[in-house]
Amino acid sequence: MNDKTDDRAKDFSQPVYLDANATEPLRPQARAAMLEAADLTGNPSSVHHAGRRARAVLEEARNTVAHRLGVAPLNCVFTSGGTEANVLAMHGLGQGRRFLVGRTEHDAVRKGVPDGADRAWLEVDSHGQVRLDLLEAALSAPGAPAFVCLMLANNETGVLHPMAEVARLCRQYGAHLHVDAVQAAGRMAVNVEELGADSLACSGHKMGGPKGAGALLLRGPAPRPLAPVFEGGGQEQGRRGGTQPLPAIAGLAAALCDALDNPRDLAPLRNRLEQAAQATGALVCGAGAPRLGNTASLVLPGRRAQGQLMRLDLDGLCVSAGSACSSGKVAFSHVLEAMGLGEQAGQAIRVSLPWNVREADVERFVQSYARMAAGAGLALAQ
Amino acid sequence: MRILVAMSGGVDSSVVAARLLEEGHEVVGATLQLYDSRGAAKKGACCAGQDIRDARAVADRLGFPHYVIDAERRFQDSVIERFADAYAAGETPVPCVACNQGVKFTDLLGLAKEIGADAMATGHYVRRVEGPQGAELHRPVDETRDQSWFLFATTRDQLDFLRFPLGDMPDKAAVRREAERYGLVVAGKPDSQDLCFVSDGSYVDLVERMHPEMAGPGEIVDQSGHVVGAHEGVMRFTVGQSKRLGNAARLHGERQMVVGVEPGRKRVIIGPRAHAFVSSLSVRDVNWLLDPPAEGLVCKVQMRAREEPRTARVVPTHDGATVLLDEPAMPAPGQACVFYQGSRILGGGFIRRTDQQATA
Repeated sequence: MNDKTDDRAKDFSQPVYLDANATEPLRPQARAAMLEAADLTGNPSSVHHAGRRARAVLEEARNTVAHRLGVAPLNCVFTSGGTEANVLAMHGLGQGRRFLVGRTEHDAVRKGVPDGADRAWLEVDSHGQVRLDLLEAALSAPGAPAFVCLMLANNETGVLHPMAEVARLCRQYGAHLHVDAVQAAGRMAVNVEELGADSLACSGHKMGGPKGAGALLLRGPAPRPLAPVFEGGGQEQGRRGGTQPLPAIAGLAAALCDALDNPRDLAPLRNRLEQAAQATGALVCGAGAPRLGNTASLVLPGRRAQGQLMRLDLDGLCVSAGSACSSGKVAFSHVLEAMGLGEQAGQAIRVSLPWNVREADVERFVQSYARMAAGAGLALAQ
Repeated sequence: MRILVAMSGGVDSSVVAARLLEEGHEVVGATLQLYDSRGAAKKGACCAGQDIRDARAVADRLGFPHYVIDAERRFQDSVIERFADAYAAGETPVPCVACNQGVKFTDLLGLAKEIGADAMATGHYVRRVEGPQGAELHRPVDETRDQSWFLFATTRDQLDFLRFPLGDMPDKAAVRREAERYGLVVAGKPDSQDLCFVSDGSYVDLVERMHPEMAGPGEIVDQSGHVVGAHEGVMRFTVGQSKRLGNAARLHGERQMVVGVEPGRKRVIIGPRAHAFVSSLSVRDVNWLLDPPAEGLVCKVQMRAREEPRTARVVPTHDGATVLLDEPAMPAPGQACVFYQGSRILGGGFIRRTDQQATA
C-alpha cells in the first residue's frame, strides 16, 4: 500500500469502495485459484480421470478451509454462500429444538428459522451485545433443548458478542450454538473448536473470494450427520446436493488463506475515520463494545440515511446503510433499533473498510463526510 | 446543474430525464416506493415493482445514477389514510393533491436539497413560467393532459425549485417520439392512472376496510331527515350525483341529487336538483401563488378535475377564502377549488362542507 505511487486516490472520477461488509474486493490469490479451477472440465463426483482431478482440487480446498477454521475436513460442507450455510444449519440440525435468535442477526438467520418452529428473540444491550442474563433465562426455561443463533460479528456495526460466555452457557444447558461468522471469518481469528460453536457459517465473497460459495462447519467427529435441505445426488456426504461450484470453492479457500496469512489491522484507519466523523457531530454506534476493526456505523443526527448514501455516492464514495434490500431502497436498521437508537436507526450509514483500503480513500471519505455534515438539508418529514 | 428527476418508471418522467441529460445537466434519478411491490399492484398504476425496474433500466441505459426511495410509511399515513378519513368525514378527497404536496414536493424535494441538487424535475404536464414576481404555475400546452389542477397546492418555495420540462410538449405522441428517439424501453408503455394505490379499480373496498363502520346499507333521506329510500353503502355517493338513487331520484315531481353524505349515520342526503346549487362556498388550506389583494380578485375557478372553469370573485379570509360564483354550482366538499387567470394558477383550496350538506 503505497499511497504516493498510486494515482487512484487523487483521481476523483474513480469511486472509492468502502463497503467491504457487503462484499470484499477480489483477492488476486482467489482470482488465480478460480481461473485455474475454471479450466478443469471434470465433475468432482465423476469416477474418471477428469473427475478425479476436479475432486482433488475440491478436497484440497475442503482440507484447507476445515483446517483453518478448526474442524475435521469432512465437517466442512460447501454451500452456495452464507445464507444457505445458515439455513442449512437451522434446518438440518435444529429439528425438535426451540430457536433462540439474536435480535441483531442478519435476515439470512432471522428469516431462516424453519416454519412452525418455536422461536424467541435474544435481546441486545445498547452496545449491541447479547444480554447474557436474558440468554441464560431463555436457556433455563422449560421446554425442548435450545438452538441458539448468534453472529460472531455484526454486519452493520461490527460488534462482537461475548462468544466465550455464550458458548459456556450453551454447553451448560445442552443447547446447540450456531454461529454466523460471515463477517468475522478472514477478518479475525475464527476457530470452531476454540469458540465452542457447534456449527458455524462463512461466505467466500466476504473474505475476498468470489460470490457463489460458502461453507457450513460442524464440530465433533466427522462426518457429522446433517439432514439436507435438498438431497440431489448426495454430494457433500449426502448433506448438500448439487454439483459443487469448483472455481468459487477454490477461490474461497485461497481468499481465506490470504486473509489469514496477511492480516491487516484496519482499526487505526477506522478510528481515524470515526474521530473525524465525530468532530462533525456524528455518533458512532456500538463504540462501547469490542468490534471488527474495519466497520464503522455512523449516525448523523437528523439526516436520513437515504440522503447521506445518495450524497456520498454522488461524491464517488460507496458506503451503505445496514443491509441492502433487493429493491435497492434503504430500509430502517433493525440492528440499531434493537440497540435502542429509535429514530436514529434511520439516520446511520455503514462504512466498512476493504482489505485493500488506502489511507487516501479514508481521507476522501472524511472530506466528503465533513462537507455533507456541514451542508444544507435536515428536511425531515413530519 | 445537478437536477433530481422524480421518475415513476413511465414514459413521461423518463423523457424528462433523457432530455435534461442531453441538455448537459447532471441528472440524478429517484423513484418512490409507495407501497410494498410484492403486494397486488394495479396494472398501469405508478410506482409498483415493475415501474421501479423500468425507471432503473432507463437510468442504466442513459448512464446516470438512480435511487429507490422508501416512502411506504409516509404514503400510507399522509395519502391513503387521509383519503379514507376524508370519506369517513363525508368528503370526496383528491389523494393526488395530498401525494404531490407531501410525499413528492415536501419529502422528495427535501431529499433533493439534501444531496445538493439545484432543482427537481418531474414529468407533470404543467408549465413553470418565470414571471416578474418569480415563478408562476400555468396550464400546459397540451390541454388534454393538463395536471395543473392537481398541483395547485405547490407552494411558491417549492415552485421555485421545481422544473416541468413536459409543459411545452404539444401532445403525448410527441413525448413518445422523444422516448423512441432516446431509445427508451418505456416508449410504448401505457399511461398511468390516478388512484395508483387502489388495486382493483374500486376505492370502495379500501375505504370500507379502513373504516368498517361506514360499510353496509343505509337510508336515503331528504334535507329534513325524512327517509325516502335505501342504499347499499355511503361510499358509492358523492355530492352532485343523481345515479343510484332508485325511486328517490324523482320526488314530488322534481329531480333529486345527492347534496350531502353522513358516513357516521350511513345516510345519503338528497335534495331537489333545482335548489341544490350554491352561489358561494368556503375553502380551507388555501395556497396562494401570488400576494392576494385583501378585497379579493375576479378570476376563474375550477372545482373538479375535469370541468369548465367558471367566473368568480375570491376573497381571502382568516381561515381560507370565500368564493362567490357568478352562476350557482354544486361543489363537492373535499374537492379542490383552484383559481385561474388565463392559463395561470393563482391559488386554490379545499372545499368545505356547507350547512345544507347535512340534515337539519
